[in-house]
Amino acid sequence: MGKVSFGGVVKQVCLAYVPDVEPGEYVVVHVGFAISRIDEQEADEVFRFLESMDELDEIHIPQPGEADPSLPDRFGAPTRSSRGRAAPGGPVAGGTG
Amino acid sequence: MKYVDEYRDEAAATSLLEAIRQRATRRWTLMEICGGQTHTLVKFGIDRMLPDEIELVHGPGCPVCVTPLEMIDRAIAVARRDEVIFTSFGDMLRVPGSDTDLLGVKAQGGDVRIIYSPLDAVTLAKKHPEKEVVFFAVGFETTAPANAMAVWTARREGVENFSMLVSHVLVPPAMEAILADPANRVQGFLAAGHVCAVMGYDEYEPLARKHRTPMVVTGFEPLDLLQGILMTVEMLEEGRFGVENQYARAVTRDGNRSAQKLVDEVFEVSDRKWRGIGEIPGSGFGLRDEYAPWDAMRKFRMEGISADEPEECHAGEVLRGLMKPLDCPAFGTRCTPENPLGAPMVSSEGACAAYFQYGRTG
Repeated sequence: MGKVSFGGVVKQVCLAYVPDVEPGEYVVVHVGFAISRIDEQEADEVFRFLESMDELDEIHIPQPGEADPSLPDRFGAPTRSSRGRAAPGGPVAGGTG
Repeated sequence: MKYVDEYRDEAAATSLLEAIRQRATRRWTLMEICGGQTHTLVKFGIDRMLPDEIELVHGPGCPVCVTPLEMIDRAIAVARRDEVIFTSFGDMLRVPGSDTDLLGVKAQGGDVRIIYSPLDAVTLAKKHPEKEVVFFAVGFETTAPANAMAVWTARREGVENFSMLVSHVLVPPAMEAILADPANRVQGFLAAGHVCAVMGYDEYEPLARKHRTPMVVTGFEPLDLLQGILMTVEMLEEGRFGVENQYARAVTRDGNRSAQKLVDEVFEVSDRKWRGIGEIPGSGFGLRDEYAPWDAMRKFRMEGISADEPEECHAGEVLRGLMKPLDCPAFGTRCTPENPLGAPMVSSEGACAAYFQYGRTG
């Protein structure tokens, strides 16, 4: 058993099915059992996809008279201010399916 | 909460909706398998924001909804026994049996308790050695590792006054039944993310090939669903079929091996009756013979209890995507969450409950 924080609410959770989990990692919890570890790299995938979509839009529909806003993204690692560093604990996600 | 809030971002959702709009050139009917996904779609109004080309029908992935009437009657019969403490997840309590529900049994003095985790039922059994503690083990593959651990622990620790009434169902045989139905309208599936977190998605590939149907393993937040829909639409538009994984932050191809190992140790695949659908071969789990002493069906000799579904409830059509909740003549009138005719109006994952709760009245 281990402790998992759900946005501040700490519960006892069985970690037997995620034997490699480290403190501070995020897990999916269902009826008191962690069933999966969250892969941080993969978690950003939808946002990378959206950024690539934005870049495509910007390439296809250039705004006349404006500097190309997609340039900084091509040269630097895109970051999103809304996502912070992992805090110890784990979220639960909905749905028994 | 991290990994939840950012998947509800409105600007990102708008971009994905726009991408779906651009990709869809003709009408497509998709089914989301899991009731948790149905609730997200209806709660956030995603089904209404999608372009007209995309129709979503709601699948059978609500474990409470597909539990057959006779299993509820068995639960009620055992919960009425004086020596029994009957334990269950909360949303089973209001599901109507033939003449009452588990809440009714509790009102009449039965010891019926809601628990959070199946292990709590084993703990309860150890605390009350003079009682028989029965746990109503309902669920899909997602819940099977938890229920397997409860019965495995009871056997290992010699807790003989614990048993499980098992009504476990499996998703792929239900998808096969839907696809093989001549009335089927579903052209692409959003597969259930948490089922696949446990089982992986290998077994969906032959199914996708056989029926030439795209399947995308999808998560539960608005952006997950929108991306899953976009991926499915892209496959349909390009004439591709197979399995893709939108929910890779929680799902790998192989799934959770240690969970599968214990599930396999405790359960074996068995035929199961689905509420409103009927028996589907190899569509559920039953306890292996080594675990017979912890099987409430065998312990309390309940095989004789059987029941037919009420005719007025169209759960079977709703669960197969052949009917929307609003098409049911009883919706919101003779069938409400307070007085449900069938389980889809009761469960927190039921399609009818989602429509009712979020004010879809027509």
